[in-house]
Amino acid sequence: MSEILLDVSHLEVRYGDLIGVSDVSLSVKRGSVVALLGSNGAGKTTTLNAIAGLIPTSGGRVTFDGADMTSRPAFEIVRKGLALSPEGWRLFVQQSVESNLLLGATTVASSSKRRELLDKVYGIFPKLAERRLQQAGTMSGGERQMLAVGRALMSDPVLLLLDEPSLGLAPAIIESMYETLKRLHGLGLTLLLAEQAVDLALEISDEAVVLQVGRNAMSGPSHQLAHDPNVQKIYLGH
Amino acid sequence: MSLSLVQILISGLLLGAVYALFSSGLTLIWGMMNVVNFAHGDFVMIAMYTAFIIWKLLGGGPLLAMPMAAVVLATIGIIAYLGLVRHIMRGPMLAQILGTFGLALLLRYGMFWGFGANFLSLPEDLVGGTFEWQGLRLQSSRLLGGGVAVALTLGLHFLLTRTSLGSRMLAVSEDAMAAQLMGIRPDHMQAVAWALAAGMTGIAGALIATFFYISPTVGENLAIVAFVTVSLGGFGSVPGALVAGLLIGVIESFSGYLIGAVYKDIVVYVLFIAVLWLRPQGLMGKN
Repeated sequence: MSEILLDVSHLEVRYGDLIGVSDVSLSVKRGSVVALLGSNGAGKTTTLNAIAGLIPTSGGRVTFDGADMTSRPAFEIVRKGLALSPEGWRLFVQQSVESNLLLGATTVASSSKRRELLDKVYGIFPKLAERRLQQAGTMSGGERQMLAVGRALMSDPVLLLLDEPSLGLAPAIIESMYETLKRLHGLGLTLLLAEQAVDLALEISDEAVVLQVGRNAMSGPSHQLAHDPNVQKIYLGH
Repeated sequence: MSLSLVQILISGLLLGAVYALFSSGLTLIWGMMNVVNFAHGDFVMIAMYTAFIIWKLLGGGPLLAMPMAAVVLATIGIIAYLGLVRHIMRGPMLAQILGTFGLALLLRYGMFWGFGANFLSLPEDLVGGTFEWQGLRLQSSRLLGGGVAVALTLGLHFLLTRTSLGSRMLAVSEDAMAAQLMGIRPDHMQAVAWALAAGMTGIAGALIATFFYISPTVGENLAIVAFVTVSLGGFGSVPGALVAGLLIGVIESFSGYLIGAVYKDIVVYVLFIAVLWLRPQGLMGKN
C-alpha cells in the first residue's frame, strides 16, 4: 500500500499580486489519511482549492492517480474520483437536502448507482434521511457539515478532501464527525483533511504536513509530530 | 359584476399571461447569472417576424410558427450567450449593459434593413376569428395565446423546481464554484438557460404576432413591459413573473376601459413605482 494517489509538488498560487501559497509539497498514499495543518492564513484552503481545480495554479504540479491534473477545471477533476468538501460547506441552501445530495452525484451516470449511493449516505448519516425534504439553508451547523460530507461522497470518490470538518461545531458533534471519518477510512476511502484542531487531526491521520505562511514547515508521521513541540510553536506563530 | 367587467377581466388575464411568458425568459437569465438582457424585447420582435415569414411563405399559423420561432430564437439565444454574453460577463456591469444593448440595436436595425419600417400584421382570422360564449366575446388568437402562455410559464417553473436539469441550473445560479465541484459545467447550464429563455420568448413572439402589429421597433415597447413585469414580480422569480404579468394585464385592461387606452400605461407605471417603493424586491422576490 505504498502507491501514491495524490502528489503535489512545489505548488504556487497567486491572487493577482498576493501570494496564496508559495511552495507546498505533499503526497497522499492510497488508503491513508493525511492531515494538512497550519494556523489561519497558512494556505490550507488555498492548497485544497488548487488541488480540486477551483483556482488556477501559477506554479508546481498536481498529479492524481498517475495523471497530471495541474490547473484542470474542478468539473473535470471530480470525474476522476477526487471530491472536495469546501470551506464554509458551500451548500445549495435554496434546495432540499436530497437535491443537494443528488447534485453531488452529477458525475454518476447510472440512476441505480445514484440510488445506491444515496442509500449509502443515508446509512452513514441517518439524520440526513430524516431531513431529506428540508431546505438545506434551514439546517443546523452540524447537519450542514454532514450534508457537505455526504454530498462529496455522492460522487463516489477515491480521495476525499475535507476543509476544516470541525470548524464552528460543538465538541460532541466534532467527535461524532471524526468517528464517521474513521468509518469512511475503514471502508477504503483515502482522506486529506485540512484542520486547525491539531490533536484530532494528528490522532486520525497517518501522516501530516504543517504549513506556515504558504510553504511547508514540517512533515512526517503523525504520531511523531504529535510529540514534537515545534508543531505547537508554529501554531502559536513563533 | 356586470358582463362587460368580466369581459375586461378575461381579456386582461389573457394578455397578462403572454406578458408573463415573455418576461419569464428575462427573469430566468437574471436569476441564472445576474445579467439583464436588453435585447430581450428584440428577441420577441424577431419571433414575430419569424411568424410573419412562416405565414407568408407557408401559409402556416401559430401552431407551426410557435415551434419554428422557438428553434430560431433558441439558436439566437445560444449564439448570443457563446459569442457575446459569456465574454462580457467577466467585464464591469456597464460592459454587460452596453453589450446586450448593442445586440438589441443590431437585431432592430437588421430588421429595418431586411423588412423596412412598415408595420406588418397577420390576418385577424388566422386563428379562427372571434366567437361568443355566454355573452362574452372571445378572440381565438387571445385564448390560444393566454392558454399556451400560462402552460409554458408553469412548465418552466416545474422544470426549475422538479427536474434534475432545473436543480443543476439553480445550483449554478446559487454558487457556480460549488456547482463545479459537483461536476457541473456552469457555462453549459448558462447556455441551456439562454436557449430556454430565448426559445420561450420565441413562442411568446409567435403568439403576440397573431394579435399585434409587427415592426422593427415593437421590441422597445415589449421590453418595457417585460422589465416592469420582472421587477414587479421580483427579479429571478418565475412565479413572480406569472403573477405580475397577469396583474399588469388586468390593470391595463381596466384602466384602458375606465380612463382610455392612451393613459393606461400611466396607471401601470404609477402602480409599478408604488410597489417598488414599498417592496423593492418585488412581489415575490427575495431580499
